[in-house]
Amino acid sequence: CKQISVAKVYSSIPLPLKICVAILINIIYFYSVCFTYQWNLVVYTGAQGFKRRTTVTTKGKRARHGYVTPLLWPSIGYFEFNVMTCLNLLTAKDVTYICPYIGALRGTLTVTNYRLFFKCMDREPAFVLDLPLGVVSRVEKIGGASSRGEVSYGLACKDIRNLRFAHKQMEDSLRKSIFEILMKCAFPVSNGLTIFAFEYGQVYPENGWKVYDAQAEYKRQGLPNESWRITKVNDHYELCDTYPSTLVVPVNIPDEELKRVAAFRAKGRIPVLSWIHPESQATVIRCSQPMVGVNGKRSKDDEKYLQTIMDANAQSHKLFIFDARPSVNAAANKMKGGGYESEDAYQNAELVFLDIHNIHVMRESLRKLKEVVYPNIEESHWFSNLESTHWLEHIKLILAGALRIADKVESGKTSVVVHCSDGWDRTAQLASLAMVMLDGHYRTIRGFQVLLEKEWLSFGHRFQLRIGHGDKNHTDADRSPVFLQFIDCVWQMTRQFPAAFEFNEYFLITILDHLYSCLFGTFMCNSEQQRVKEVSKTVSLWAYINSQPEEFTNPLYVNYSNHVLFPVVSMRHLELWVGYYIRWNPRMRPQEPVHQRYKELLAKRAELQKRVEELQREVTNRSASSSSERAGSPTRSITPVQTFV
Amino acid sequence: MFDGRVLLKQVILLFWPLISTWVQGAEKIDSCQLQVLEMLSSLGSAGGKSAKPSFVSYVTPEEIKSEKEPSRKEKHPDLLPGEVVFCSASTVLKYTQDDLSQRGVFGVLLCTNFRVSFVSDEEPTEEMVRTLFKNKLYGENDIPLSCVDNIYGDKRKLITGGLVKNKYPSKMIIHCKDLRVFQFSLSFSKEEDAKKIFQGIVHHCLEPKSLRCLFAFSYCENTSPNRKCVGGLFTKLLRKKQTVMFDSVEDWTQDMKRTKGNCRVVSENSNFELSPKLPQYFIVPKNVSDEDLTKYQGKGLPMWCWSHHSGCALFKTASIPLVQEDNVCCRMLTAVAHNHLYSVKTEDLSDTLPTVQDILLSYNKFKQFFLIDNTTEFWMSDMKWFSSLDNCGWLDIIRQCLQKAVEVVESLEKENTNVLIMEEGGSDLCCVVSSLVQLMLDPYYRTLLGFQSLVQKEWVAGGHAFLDRSNHLHLKDKVESQSPVFLLFLECVWQLQQQHGPAFQFSETYLTVLSDSVHVPVFTTFLFNNDGHRDSLLRAESPHTQRSPLNCPTVWDWSVQFDCKAQDLFTNPLYTEKPKQDTSVRKSYRPRHLRQLSLPSSAFKTPPKKGFFKDEADNLKKILGVKRLSRWMLSPSSDSPQTSSSVREFYEAWQTKPLDYHGLLLPCLDGPSIRVWMQRYLRWIHDVQILGGGPVAMLSKVSEILGEVQELQRQLDRHGCTLTSNHKGARPRAKTAAAVIAARSSVRLSSSFPFVTSRNWAFKPAIPTSLLQSLMVTGMPGNLADREDDGGPESLV
Repeated sequence: CKQISVAKVYSSIPLPLKICVAILINIIYFYSVCFTYQWNLVVYTGAQGFKRRTTVTTKGKRARHGYVTPLLWPSIGYFEFNVMTCLNLLTAKDVTYICPYIGALRGTLTVTNYRLFFKCMDREPAFVLDLPLGVVSRVEKIGGASSRGEVSYGLACKDIRNLRFAHKQMEDSLRKSIFEILMKCAFPVSNGLTIFAFEYGQVYPENGWKVYDAQAEYKRQGLPNESWRITKVNDHYELCDTYPSTLVVPVNIPDEELKRVAAFRAKGRIPVLSWIHPESQATVIRCSQPMVGVNGKRSKDDEKYLQTIMDANAQSHKLFIFDARPSVNAAANKMKGGGYESEDAYQNAELVFLDIHNIHVMRESLRKLKEVVYPNIEESHWFSNLESTHWLEHIKLILAGALRIADKVESGKTSVVVHCSDGWDRTAQLASLAMVMLDGHYRTIRGFQVLLEKEWLSFGHRFQLRIGHGDKNHTDADRSPVFLQFIDCVWQMTRQFPAAFEFNEYFLITILDHLYSCLFGTFMCNSEQQRVKEVSKTVSLWAYINSQPEEFTNPLYVNYSNHVLFPVVSMRHLELWVGYYIRWNPRMRPQEPVHQRYKELLAKRAELQKRVEELQREVTNRSASSSSERAGSPTRSITPVQTFV
Repeated sequence: MFDGRVLLKQVILLFWPLISTWVQGAEKIDSCQLQVLEMLSSLGSAGGKSAKPSFVSYVTPEEIKSEKEPSRKEKHPDLLPGEVVFCSASTVLKYTQDDLSQRGVFGVLLCTNFRVSFVSDEEPTEEMVRTLFKNKLYGENDIPLSCVDNIYGDKRKLITGGLVKNKYPSKMIIHCKDLRVFQFSLSFSKEEDAKKIFQGIVHHCLEPKSLRCLFAFSYCENTSPNRKCVGGLFTKLLRKKQTVMFDSVEDWTQDMKRTKGNCRVVSENSNFELSPKLPQYFIVPKNVSDEDLTKYQGKGLPMWCWSHHSGCALFKTASIPLVQEDNVCCRMLTAVAHNHLYSVKTEDLSDTLPTVQDILLSYNKFKQFFLIDNTTEFWMSDMKWFSSLDNCGWLDIIRQCLQKAVEVVESLEKENTNVLIMEEGGSDLCCVVSSLVQLMLDPYYRTLLGFQSLVQKEWVAGGHAFLDRSNHLHLKDKVESQSPVFLLFLECVWQLQQQHGPAFQFSETYLTVLSDSVHVPVFTTFLFNNDGHRDSLLRAESPHTQRSPLNCPTVWDWSVQFDCKAQDLFTNPLYTEKPKQDTSVRKSYRPRHLRQLSLPSSAFKTPPKKGFFKDEADNLKKILGVKRLSRWMLSPSSDSPQTSSSVREFYEAWQTKPLDYHGLLLPCLDGPSIRVWMQRYLRWIHDVQILGGGPVAMLSKVSEILGEVQELQRQLDRHGCTLTSNHKGARPRAKTAAAVIAARSSVRLSSSFPFVTSRNWAFKPAIPTSLLQSLMVTGMPGNLADREDDGGPESLV
């Protein structure tokens, strides 16, 4: 436990001392190759994968090192990172990892403040387990010291797996330390430590926080226009602290009235525009439930507001209000002051309930799913077991809801209002899915990032609460796989439309992995207001993703612009996302990535194209020398490949 | 006159509810009603919209008029050579399946000796769209007689042959074996016609008939002359590039040489002297003597299927009744064992795999999920989709067959023992397992021609009783033997193909079409029970009574059904060509004798000493008597942990090796890996068509890239040789499969491409009905559903 205390000392020492430490590290770094052994608190682990990573980072550092004076604050952050990243809190040998597929594996376990690293050299190729601690939702001792003198720990993870470690009870201190260090580092928030994302100092060529610019995105949609304006009323998050600062509202409604509408909507989340159809001007509006209450309270402002929204779209004389909840739950909300729009109060509006269940039902469903798929699948009753989890049923309902919204907007040319209770869980799912169906831009890699930033992050999906970053209270009722469900729905769509999305399955899995990893700041806070304060200290996930887009590109992508996708929401076409939920099972892993062959094809095409171009250039040169008028034709014949469909 | 009309209109409008119920309630429209209706419709055209929208008019004015015109009556589809129309009825309404509003198209329903055909009165407008994948034999509104599965009358009453006497239902639903559903209303046609057509269809589709009545015979009689003069010479010349038919000694010898087998071709049965049930030619182990052949009339003969490169081979046999002299099976086993290293494993499939009856039962349940009469029902069943899949057990049967095949592959590949699979009859599950084993082990069979040869070898020449299993003739005593065994095989192949796409030269579409073709009674391939049966019938039916048998097309002659462009869709654009160097015969470096020693004790092995062997053989005989020879025979449900874990290990060991598409292929058998063959089963269901998506979106993109690569290659070649010469206008002219699809890509394709092309451009998504029923709050513990989203303090309890 010595290391821990040193780490504490380090984080608590005053700034000047830190600088000194930094300089010291710097000097040692330059003059000592055996840095690792000279410093006890900073241990570069012997593990292969880790070492490589470290050298990569230090390389980048060294380049900057030359001119950064140690007195400047950024450089301090920089050294701090250098120390913290590599802060090896524990290395224990002869730990057994009980793999449900391979069996017991003996190796070395290393815990840092970011990850858990296990390596077994006995096998060929070496078995490596590399797990960000953020993924751990629960650490528990399994049994006491058994008769064989082994102690074991179980780690329940948020990404559908459980890990089990065991080791001989050699010294009492070691046993204690593994458990304690895990408990400490896996749950920094509960222990008053900082989440690793705030210490991660990797530099990427692009600043991921710049990916989404609300103004630019609304401009892309053609806003503001004659019916819609961008309001600054929430600039300081005074109107609604869970909303973004940039909101699009009807032109005719002044800010004062917005405040009165906010009083009638739960948590002040007023109806605002999310998306507008480029042709019909039909809009997707999101908000929270109206505060109708038991007495059926009405708000003239809210009624007028919705009427204005309807009037903004000249194509239709109707407004559809989609309440994501089952009608029973919506009615039950009246007891708590909430409720739904009555059709008496809102004339010309039609209310539709989408029957999507709440976060607790979803959490339970995922728990059951984990039971069914991990570690092993029972072959004989696979489908019945899958059905009993209801997971795909929920996916179906969400997709069906989004489909109805998209259909109303596209085919019915009608504006729609989407809400659930608070408008940050189911509403986010529905609105963003409908937008994926309606707008091809959101099916590109960057467009999808914008979509997440906009509908999920800026509109205040409570990631911190729903995921429980660094919080050891794993039974917290606020946790729920809402975002996972959304990504699952998108994956279902990529299955049905294999050529319509620019990103591939790996992109979606990467997003989900970093949803839990706590490496990037993207999914850290609960709302834009909180995030704005924290952003400067963290790196955005998009910085990492956009640094190597080719990894995440679907080679089959065909840009169907203005092509609306209507997925089929029958169970016949929904499948369990094996590549995510069952990826830990080696038997379910494909031997060759599916896209391998397409990539080969594309590479071959590129190569041939190059060769043809070269030859044609040669031809052109020759013919140009003989007759000049022929020169144009061959180059024309190699126009870039046209894409059909 | 005009005043009268107005008056009549008033009266009719006044009594409208009565009239409409009268019209709708009537089973058929008699002349009086027709007149009123006609009057109504003419009124309608005279005075604007006549009827209220509540009047769901089955009969639009045009239709009634058209019925009056006698000229239309002669409408019939383009008849095939030898096709004869038995009966027809006009003004039959065909409901459009994808519509709940009971609308439909009027037309003529005909019954010929080949098909039930519906010819729409409407002029074919968008026929252009369909031309790509048009079947030349039958169109989208035609049902070949043997493709009819079930016919239902009013209130979904199942109609069986022989029970129809002078009655006919107003609505007739036909379920096809290729999973199409047709709904016809007979209530608008003349009573006489309706009765006739209904009885005609029932008679020809459901009632027993003789094999000679099948359309193939009249078709062949009328086409064979010209076919012959084209065929005769050329077929011999083109033999190399064609499907191996396994109808001559050379074919078998060739195949044995290819696999480096060391067995004996038997030609003694070329005139079916040994037994009419045996194939014309076949291969047995070297040690089987002529005496054996004649003595037992081929009963229990181990037939060679395929030789592994190590020398061991796969044999199949019909199991011998135990009452017979035990000597036989013992001798045969010895013969098999002598083939390679004196090792043999036997496997009685009847014990471990489901029976043909089980297969039929399971499939009958399974297919019901796809025979959709109306959309409400469909969406209702959607909620219980997964558990119903489990309940019908069809996927489980597929898994069991694949698993069994993997087990056999394991013994051949890993343990290098001979394997003898047996089954009563020896031509159902034996065929499934042996052909699957060969597909997994031999890349040749994963090519299009190879696959066709495999079917020809194992199924057609191998004597699978296609006629009995499909029961085309509706014979009462054959109802029991009906079973979709061949379809089961295709399902298994589809699973393999799904998991290892680039290893197969043929596409999913090919398999679907092949599964449909079984029910087209034109091809000799699927019409007979065995070689002897085929030979005797074709000979007897031949008009040239002398020697030459009737020359019927086989199903492999795809040009009979599809033109070249459509046939392009049979190939898989992702197929990886075999690398140039011959790596097919891989050396096995395992010290075999060591392996031999470590064989499981239950496996039959014997030292080379003769005397010793005899004792063991005696022992073996006893063991065989109680059927516990093989270690696989532990439990019929194949749940024995030992077995599955061994297969599992074998799969995992294989999985860790780099994948070679031209080497051994094993299927993953875990729950999620066995899927439903979407293209085959969902293609006709409108609600689940993914417009603009589905595998075809991927396929078209891939073949487009492939086409470009080919074109670039060609340009490169041309430039290479004509670098100095004049440059010609280089317009891409690649008319490959790529071009076929690319050319059609302006049409938005759907997931059921190429079987259905969506004609409704204004696409409305299918929104599931019965969402409300899906609330499954009942099973929810702790009333989670009622909680608030906010994990408030009260919900923490």
